[in-house]
Amino acid sequence: MNGVTQHGTRGFAAATRLVAEREIKTFLRAKGFWIGLGVIVVGLFAMSILPGVLGGGQTKVVTVGAQAAEVLAGTDLEVRAVADVPAAEALVRSEEVEAAVVPDTTGESSTGVRVIALADPPTDVVAALRTAPPVDLLDPAEVGQGPRQIVIMVFAMVFLLFGMGGTAIAQSTVTEKQTRIVEILVSTIPVRALLAGKIVGHSLLTIGQILVIAVVAPIALRLGGHSELLALVAPALGWFVPFLVLGFVLLAAMWAVAGSLVSRQEDLGSSMGLVMLLVMGPYFGVMFFSDNAVVLTVLSYLPFSSAIAMPVRLFAGQASAWEPLVALGLLAGTVVLIVLLAGRVYSGSLLHTGGKLALAKAWAREA
Amino acid sequence: MLTVTSVSRSFGDKQVLDGVSFEVRPGRMTGFLGANGSGKTTTMRIVLGVLAAHGGTVEWHGSPVTGAVRQRFGYMPEERGLYPKMGVAEQIGWLGRLHGLDQATAKRNTERLLDQLELGHRAKDKLEELSLGNQQRAQVAAALVHDPVMLILDEPFSGLDPIAVETVLGVLRERAADGVPVLFSSHQLSVVERLCDDVVIISGGKIAVSGARDELRAQYRPARFELVVASDAGWVRDVPGVRVVDVDGPRAVFELDGDAGADQVVLQAALRRGTVRSFTPVVPTLGEIFMEAI
Repeated sequence: MNGVTQHGTRGFAAATRLVAEREIKTFLRAKGFWIGLGVIVVGLFAMSILPGVLGGGQTKVVTVGAQAAEVLAGTDLEVRAVADVPAAEALVRSEEVEAAVVPDTTGESSTGVRVIALADPPTDVVAALRTAPPVDLLDPAEVGQGPRQIVIMVFAMVFLLFGMGGTAIAQSTVTEKQTRIVEILVSTIPVRALLAGKIVGHSLLTIGQILVIAVVAPIALRLGGHSELLALVAPALGWFVPFLVLGFVLLAAMWAVAGSLVSRQEDLGSSMGLVMLLVMGPYFGVMFFSDNAVVLTVLSYLPFSSAIAMPVRLFAGQASAWEPLVALGLLAGTVVLIVLLAGRVYSGSLLHTGGKLALAKAWAREA
Repeated sequence: MLTVTSVSRSFGDKQVLDGVSFEVRPGRMTGFLGANGSGKTTTMRIVLGVLAAHGGTVEWHGSPVTGAVRQRFGYMPEERGLYPKMGVAEQIGWLGRLHGLDQATAKRNTERLLDQLELGHRAKDKLEELSLGNQQRAQVAAALVHDPVMLILDEPFSGLDPIAVETVLGVLRERAADGVPVLFSSHQLSVVERLCDDVVIISGGKIAVSGARDELRAQYRPARFELVVASDAGWVRDVPGVRVVDVDGPRAVFELDGDAGADQVVLQAALRRGTVRSFTPVVPTLGEIFMEAI
């Protein structure tokens, strides 16, 4: 059995596996975990289906006279003709239609029609009536602004969601410190195996959740009639997943350290600030600077933010094929470095009790 | 056999342990006595590798204790703690596996131990649902589940009611009888007096006294006797080879002053003078040894 005899000795890998197993089991049994995942799934369905249902489909418009009917021909408005202006006004007042398009008698209108609406100018009707000059693009972008914004939002949200999900690691570490079981644990297995087990366990949980979302999202989008959006995001996902997984491992190590610096759940807030910043920073950075090519390029190489920024640049066709490999390499290198550093700080702080331990002190502290 | 040799440790400028040496012999219950802050817990943590020693060695059967050896030690820390939201049997089984047992053995040992500790009916409950006394029993099970080759228990009886003390004691004695060295700390002298075969007394980070309990009692001071007669016992003062500790009316407590047969001289003299109500050797209690040692 995995090299373990009836009374064998746990090696590093076996100890890590056992710790990971316990973390996963504990989480699968926690209500909060399922509620969180449920909220994400329900949210996905709500976001893709509800707008279509509530929006009520096409905008309804009535027309008076042949000219009004003619200018609206070929638009995607639901058009119906009525006999005269008072009848049209009545329908607008009763909110059966969004607007009425009637002949213009003042001569102010270049199209020869006026629009009657209740309280606000009906933008989609006005837009349909506007005559825009034809445009020729000399260097069209591969991907339009709209889809790019959607991809940025989706990636940033998922990153934020999972980044914050790492708080569970900090909580699990504090629980072990607070209940003092940590003393039994460190007298039995290497401290680094404890850290590694937590990172592995929670990373697997996260990957599992990503898989659930990966299965549910296409279904939701198809039900909501947004298949084209799916086709749009799909090519970017291939790069997003490895970036997200590595990014999570990086954050997981930092969450564990944040947990080890305090000894009570109540004090957790004080040590989580920095990690919180490292999760929120990339989220806001990419959202705010999505139009600034220079900043976005820098963000796409920085560990943490590269998890969102590089897949977005790849999606928009702004990055060469070698760039994600370099960014991924940088991220992987940072992961190794941070996990090693975290191991030392974790060892130094795990048996500390009392108030919050400063990072530098935890580093210098011996067991 | 566990051998601790010249172990020292300081925290900052404060020297907590200074040349601590003692042995824990197989099959014997060794009581580790000391006042609060004398270094008991620090010593135990060093033996378990939770803390590093600044000097000295800890050896198991003559070789330095490694992580692999320690994994087979059983430890009950002073500050108790298991996972509050995890089932009792589940977490004890898990700890058994962490200590190197395979799943089936861990499960079997857990069931047997919980029954032995009269906790079998709570096996499926979460730890936090148990009373403090029962949580304590679970903690004992956690230290024993992997059939440890060495047991180190920090204040194992504190927080237990007298019945639980007997239950836990029975389990520990059984392990000791199987040849496992057991080191347990306590500040309850009466408990240690009754339970331990060997005693180690630590004071101010140094070992004050250590050895077999009975030998210590015998060696610790000259043999002492108590004589109760019908009349005044003041005459004992004049018997040669005897040093009187206390005379109170008909009762006299005296020690032999080098001469091994002097107690019989006193007894014969007393019989010649009249009625002898009692004549008893006085064995020093551990408490007395402890108070004088520290």
